[in-house]
Amino acid sequence: MGKPIPLSGNYAVAYAVKAADVDVIAAYPITPQTAVVEKLSEFVANGELDAEFIHVESEHSALSAVVGASAAGARVFTATSAQGLLLMYEIMHIASTMRLPIVMTIATRAISAPINIWCDHSDFMASSDAGWIMLMGVNAQEAHDLTIAAYRIAEDPRALLPVAVGYDGFWVSHTVEPVHVVEREGALRYAPKRVARYVLDPERPVTMGSLGSPDWYFEFRVQLQDAVEKSREVISEALREFKQHFGREYREVDGLYTDDADVVLVLMGSAVGSAVPFAEEARRAGLKVGVVNVRLFRPFPEEEVLKHLEGAKVVAVVDRAINPGSSSVGPLYSDVAVTAFKRGLDVPILSYVTGLGGRAVMKSHFEAMVKHAYGFVGKRMRDVKTHYSFVGVRE
Amino acid sequence: MASLSGWRTLPPGAVILEPGSSVKYKTASWRTLRPVIDQEKCIRCRLCWTYCPEPAILELEKPYTAKSGRTYKVTYEIDYDYCKGCGLCAEECPVKAITMVEEVR
Repeated sequence: MGKPIPLSGNYAVAYAVKAADVDVIAAYPITPQTAVVEKLSEFVANGELDAEFIHVESEHSALSAVVGASAAGARVFTATSAQGLLLMYEIMHIASTMRLPIVMTIATRAISAPINIWCDHSDFMASSDAGWIMLMGVNAQEAHDLTIAAYRIAEDPRALLPVAVGYDGFWVSHTVEPVHVVEREGALRYAPKRVARYVLDPERPVTMGSLGSPDWYFEFRVQLQDAVEKSREVISEALREFKQHFGREYREVDGLYTDDADVVLVLMGSAVGSAVPFAEEARRAGLKVGVVNVRLFRPFPEEEVLKHLEGAKVVAVVDRAINPGSSSVGPLYSDVAVTAFKRGLDVPILSYVTGLGGRAVMKSHFEAMVKHAYGFVGKRMRDVKTHYSFVGVRE
Repeated sequence: MASLSGWRTLPPGAVILEPGSSVKYKTASWRTLRPVIDQEKCIRCRLCWTYCPEPAILELEKPYTAKSGRTYKVTYEIDYDYCKGCGLCAEECPVKAITMVEEVR
């Protein structure tokens, strides 16, 4: 590993995309993602990256353009946030069911209204049913590394799925950190361009994106579900080999102090960076707190999450998004609770929604959650009257 | 119809490997009204052929002599394999030679 250079999360992603030697980029500017594609257009303009940069009039067009380019066999990239991601939502399903290995990064941001350009996970969570593999990096280095891993995962003939890499808007996207940059040669050795699939080629004509009548549609949706399910193996292999190539180790799920924890905090994104020192401090004060970082969100890593919950007396799931009116309220909570239910884990599982619209997730918030959660030690899920609460909101 | 492949064996991503295979998809099953051409009234103006979006109007080199004694070199017929019964031909026909009748199967 060479010397790290100072990069924002956005620039770290741009350097990863350059290293992956993409052929086509199409994107539309939106805060807090804009700097990614600004940097990439600079790379293309000054000749550091030999790629087509397609300037489009919307995110709907951006994703549509990379769908077309990917169908033609190109290695592609796009990036977005919030409203832009929602505008892409329609095309996200098309990309996945057409099994196109597109890589997109999402600098996570709140969804309007009211207009808010700051971080939460509303956009990421709202797009989590579109059949994409979804990863979440906690810092600039992870955003960089996972973007490179995403190409290897997406183009694997056993997967052939689009991959989204999230990282927190502003907290990561605009924060400058020391980043070890992967060079092109190394990136292409780890993730060589693979086109082991059908592509649009006049010499060997095929039809893509056709009508799927009631006689056909169901089969292709099941095929997608099967592909996402089976991608677990591809993802796990890609992360394992990432360590062999670059020395940095990533797992689908990280667990810290979960072996003997009373309360396990389950969360995603940059707040993990605050939860860890909080847990260390809590332990010094005699509170057995564990932390679980869910790095892979789709397919949801059930086994890996469950492994860290089995000894817990209370599970506290921290969400930076609300699914209003749902039985879970917190979207991450939903997956954790279903996973626990399926395995008969009968401890209180509580949902804490915090940090919406750029509000900072502070140590005091974790203290409030853990204090509340400790009140449920020794109880069972059926004893919990209201499973969710909002932390850091004004009443 | 021959039995259709299951999801395990279909090409990934709904790719269709056989070019031009859409002709195998007989869209006539959508039809609830069937256009019927009255060859006596038809003046061979070709407007139905022009407007048909499928196209499912056949222009056949089949001479036809009307009761008036007039002989036409061509005959227009409906391709009932693909006609979806939209009724555009009947709407556009300037001499009302096409009627839409209920499809009974």
